[in-house]
Amino acid sequence: MSGYDRALSVFSPDGHVFQVEYAMEAVKRGTCAVGVKGRDVVVLGCEKRSALKLQDTRITPSKIAVVDNHAVLAFAGLNADARILIDKARLEAQSHRLTVEDPVTIEYITKYIAGVQQRYTQSGGVRPFGISTLVVGFDPNDQVPRLYQTEPSGIYSAWKANAIGRSSKTVREFLERNHQDDMDREQTIQLTIKSLLEVVQTGAKNIEVAIMSPGRTIEMLPDDQIEAYVKNIETEKQEEAAKKKTGRGGTTTAAILTRPGGQE
Amino acid sequence: MRGPTILKAEDDKTKQLNKHSLMAFSGESGDTVQFAEYIQANIQLYTMRNDTELGPNAVANFVRAEMARSLRSRNPYTVNLLLGGFDPITEKPHLYWIDYLASLAPLPYAAHGYAQYYCLSTLDKHHHPDISLEEGMKLLEMCTDELKRRLPIDYKGVLVKVVTKDGVQEVEFDNNRIVKSA
Repeated sequence: MSGYDRALSVFSPDGHVFQVEYAMEAVKRGTCAVGVKGRDVVVLGCEKRSALKLQDTRITPSKIAVVDNHAVLAFAGLNADARILIDKARLEAQSHRLTVEDPVTIEYITKYIAGVQQRYTQSGGVRPFGISTLVVGFDPNDQVPRLYQTEPSGIYSAWKANAIGRSSKTVREFLERNHQDDMDREQTIQLTIKSLLEVVQTGAKNIEVAIMSPGRTIEMLPDDQIEAYVKNIETEKQEEAAKKKTGRGGTTTAAILTRPGGQE
Repeated sequence: MRGPTILKAEDDKTKQLNKHSLMAFSGESGDTVQFAEYIQANIQLYTMRNDTELGPNAVANFVRAEMARSLRSRNPYTVNLLLGGFDPITEKPHLYWIDYLASLAPLPYAAHGYAQYYCLSTLDKHHHPDISLEEGMKLLEMCTDELKRRLPIDYKGVLVKVVTKDGVQEVEFDNNRIVKSA
């Protein structure tokens, strides 16, 4: 310990606030969450920790939370911290409705959440939230899908597709390779699940998926449908692998060798 | 319809609190909307925090408690309420009568204001526990006919909403029918 990570609001001489960086480390250890925008849909996918044998799964808390009817949030990091932050967001969403008679925009609620997170990096007697969030949804009377990310430092940013949590770098790189503008609902769901499968070994039973469409409330994808998607993706992968094997025996060689997506 | 004595003829004096409960309100005109919106926001917040809907009984008791709290404050709300709800678990309909003094009564039929003096006798005579929706609409028409006949005020008709297992729907109601006094 260098002495600059004791009191929160103290800089180290080279300009770091260590507690905030530790919070970001906590995010990296949290389970993975993915958000993907399509043409008229936005999908959230989460890695679900598998329940223990004797656990009652009905009350196992989800990593996807409804902030308002049209705004949904997924997080990675400390579950207990998330509960507090989500509650603050929900309260603000209703309070906003009450004062200006309009539901919050997705950007507004993201800004609010990031604002709370920032406050907890600069006040005494508190520690930062050990979570990053993906906030998704549609603004009232609007067809444009929205996807934002917040971090423990209070930074927020808009994305076409992004991942947070454990192995988020691998997933983000996968998304960078495979994301297209103008994806329809099916393609968006497929890409979400496919990207999650890069880092979730146990497959369908450890994934949860939420879908948001304009003017609609949250729609959780049922387990059997997730399983169908996973099965489809796996057979597709096997076929591709088989094709490669036969390709190798041929006389032609590819000019540029590309790394197969998501084998490591 | 607008004039020196009428500001708005088709004002909606109801608020849907959650999927299966509807609150109708009357009273001091600023208070009514303010109180109803406050209740609505809190019921919605509860739904999101707990991932479950509050049943009609719970909603009614929450509203009563808020009313009681307001009554004992410096400036209490003067609002009278009727709360209709359908419990999706027991599949039973509920109606609660709440007034500005925070009295709560579960009732088979209810009314507030001057209208109740004209309507309740009709309802006493014709209501029965297993009344159907069609019969209920007919009974409501008998009540509005009575109001047209006897109430010294031209009240510009009624807005009718029905709460069922599928939620809250507005239903057609003929307000233009002319009723002659006997």
